[in-house]
Amino acid sequence: MDYGTLRGIFTVLIFVLFIIIVLWAYSKKRKSNFDDVANSIFDENDKSDDNNDNEVTNKQETNNNV
Amino acid sequence: MSQSNQTEMEYNYKVVRQFTVMTVIWGIVGTLVGVLIAAQLIWPALNFDTPWLTYSRLRPLHTNAVIFAFGTSALFATSYYIVQRTCRTALFGGKLIPFTFWGWQAVIVAAAITLPLGLTSSKEYAELEWPIDILIALVWVSYAIVFFGTLIKRKTSHIYVANWFFGGFILTVAVLHIGNSMVIPLTWTKSYSIYPGAIDAMMQWWYGHNAVGFLLTAGFLGMMYYFVPKQAERPVYSYRLSIVHFWALVSLYIWAGPHHLHYTALPDWTQSVGMVMSIVLFLPSWGGMINGIMTLSGAWHKLRHDPILRFLIVSLSFYGMSTFEGPMMAIKSVNALSHYTDWTVGHVHSGALGWVAMISIGAMYHLIPILFNQGRMYSTKLINTHFWLHTTGIVLYIVAMWISGVMQGLMWRAVNTDGTLTYSFVESLQASYPFYFIRFVGGVLVVTGFLLMAYNMFKTMGAKDHSLEKQELTA
Repeated sequence: MDYGTLRGIFTVLIFVLFIIIVLWAYSKKRKSNFDDVANSIFDENDKSDDNNDNEVTNKQETNNNV
Repeated sequence: MSQSNQTEMEYNYKVVRQFTVMTVIWGIVGTLVGVLIAAQLIWPALNFDTPWLTYSRLRPLHTNAVIFAFGTSALFATSYYIVQRTCRTALFGGKLIPFTFWGWQAVIVAAAITLPLGLTSSKEYAELEWPIDILIALVWVSYAIVFFGTLIKRKTSHIYVANWFFGGFILTVAVLHIGNSMVIPLTWTKSYSIYPGAIDAMMQWWYGHNAVGFLLTAGFLGMMYYFVPKQAERPVYSYRLSIVHFWALVSLYIWAGPHHLHYTALPDWTQSVGMVMSIVLFLPSWGGMINGIMTLSGAWHKLRHDPILRFLIVSLSFYGMSTFEGPMMAIKSVNALSHYTDWTVGHVHSGALGWVAMISIGAMYHLIPILFNQGRMYSTKLINTHFWLHTTGIVLYIVAMWISGVMQGLMWRAVNTDGTLTYSFVESLQASYPFYFIRFVGGVLVVTGFLLMAYNMFKTMGAKDHSLEKQELTA
């Protein structure tokens, strides 16, 4: 196999990998997990801020339909 | 109080504070040198007939100061802050942590000494000579150990998306810097690249454009994915999109370098690949921008009262603008007009002053009160003034450069019926003078804004702990 063919195969592999990542990211199973992660930055148990009252404590859904 | 003392032990904020303060200081220095060289283009006498102060030597000092001193200090500060908070653990690395700070400041000081002396490898954005390059590599590897070490000992199961962007940026910049800096040293202050001719040019712009793509984009996107949701007090618009955004961005950027070498000795097919990849890059760039801006959906009113949020969101608008402009300028026929003109300079500054500086400034205003035990900055009004100074400055700058650049491109290509050039180069230069003045005014506004920021920062730092109360930003 020559160099060009190898690179072609490599490019196709990367492309397939990318499609898999997209499908994985948008699978229904992952939605609640991703919502948790997106909200995780708000329940840092901010030991540095003495007033936590401005932190968002109620979980919000991200728009995972897009 | 006891609670906050606990935190001091748990999270390492010292290094974050150090980098934060230096970010603001280097921001002033970098933009001030920029204003000086902008003024030199109008009044050449401003080099005072001193070799150290000539445009050719100060220009790399300006670019190094804003990219590596200001921008990279902001990246160090925010990445160290974010990785600790999102991983719920203190920084890994012991003595390596202060080494990254002092080592990096030493690199900057070395740059500020050697560049005016005329010591340069003459590679754009990689001008520093080999001993400094080695120090950069050492600091950078330490940075990677600290960052990835912290990720490994995290107390959370998931790695928050901001850290993916920071990790991608740290890893790629190490590879780029070490790859492009391969030289044969002749003396302590002179070296030659190991790459010959067109290969050297390709290496240089593989490095150069990925410095834009990873240092000035991926790193600051990491900042964006943390500070925009934090300041808006809403989770990111779509976490799924952020994952696709990351992988699309990192797999595409690496190809875009050849668009800096259109119509050169680089093989034609390489130029075309670079052009196509640059155009495709538009998609992940705008995906990320939309993801950031739409985080505000349902909370747009916050923009009216919160100048910090305004910095963050307007930075994303500039990001969208320059990532539309960039792919367009990478098209060969457009590039034939734009290349080597002020249009390029305008494009770079809409990205650098608009995207990079504004997102960093917003992040710093968010960080400074937290790091120095305050509820808010000393003066919210001054933040607002800074916002308008900075925005007006950028608009003046880029509009002037657009007009000047397109005019230069048209003048340079104009030919008479007998095939001779219509204009000499000097005529196009003379036509640019008014725009150089407008650019200078824009630059002065930006520096003034940075000075206000420094004043605001030192006032916040000097205030008694917890004396500045958080205000409800509703009117």
